[in-house]
Amino acid sequence: MPKLTFKTDFCKGCGLCVDVCPKKVLALSAEKINKKGHHPVEAVNPDDCIGCAFCATMCPDCIIKVER
Amino acid sequence: MVVFEKPKALCDVPLHYCPGCTHGIVHRLVAEAIDEFGIEGKTIGIAPVGCSVMAYDYFNCDMIEAAHGRAPAVATGVKRADPSKIVFTYQGDGDLASIGMAETVHAAARNENITIIFINNAIYGMTGGQMAPTSLPGQVTQTSPYGRDVKLCGFPVKVCEMLSELDGAEYIERVAVNNIKNINAAKKAIKKAFQNQIEGKGFSLVEVISSCPTNWGLTPQNALKWIDEKMIPYYPLGVYKDRSAKGERIV
Repeated sequence: MPKLTFKTDFCKGCGLCVDVCPKKVLALSAEKINKKGHHPVEAVNPDDCIGCAFCATMCPDCIIKVER
Repeated sequence: MVVFEKPKALCDVPLHYCPGCTHGIVHRLVAEAIDEFGIEGKTIGIAPVGCSVMAYDYFNCDMIEAAHGRAPAVATGVKRADPSKIVFTYQGDGDLASIGMAETVHAAARNENITIIFINNAIYGMTGGQMAPTSLPGQVTQTSPYGRDVKLCGFPVKVCEMLSELDGAEYIERVAVNNIKNINAAKKAIKKAFQNQIEGKGFSLVEVISSCPTNWGLTPQNALKWIDEKMIPYYPLGVYKDRSAKGERIV
């Protein structure tokens, strides 16, 4: 079961990881706001994650850790 | 099993770049190359002037800040003073392709054994989006509000094409970081540029087509599409020179 860990306070809410995910696991949080004032990314369908690490590869701020 | 985590050669601090700026991706690729070769302790990076001016805060190796455009000259000095070190520069187009053009061309002509990571985003980012030497014909910037007029401002400089004509240069490749496939290709190119230096082959430059969502006036997603639609047709990706692949070696 793949596991995603986010360093939420480093997220700038650019959404590049959301677009690149083939399984639509990620979304920008509509309610949460992080320290920097951005809506951070969160896993909305974590069970669908296949651990391909595309999100982490695309993330410019390196906030995603992927374990399988 | 960890599939992906932040490389150790990248400090655990937030990057100051705008949301969606691909500088962060290229920083990570360089850090991954340093990690994979296990050369963090003997690597010296040269930071430029531009958006990536604070790269010295982000890489875990020793870093030197060079005057605007002079990173290849500083790298030459460091490498010649201690050839056992691995020396790389990280420069943008406003740094390498404009004020630092002479240093870049002559470092290539001398076949200095250094690695240059060149970020081309077709604009001056840090100073607020002025026209750069690499801005596309017709591109709207702060200083070309009606689009770049080639009759007035000339044509963009294609750095890879130009340097590949020099006998001195060892390895010149242009890559992009706008999708997963291109990022993986970029990683291979950056690793090869470091590998060349470790093997003592000489001047290696990797040009990375990068995005600037803020100054292009686009969303991060549309900026990546703009790379595909506008940048890559004008700046074709590929290996422009790889002397060792052809079996050519200088004495």
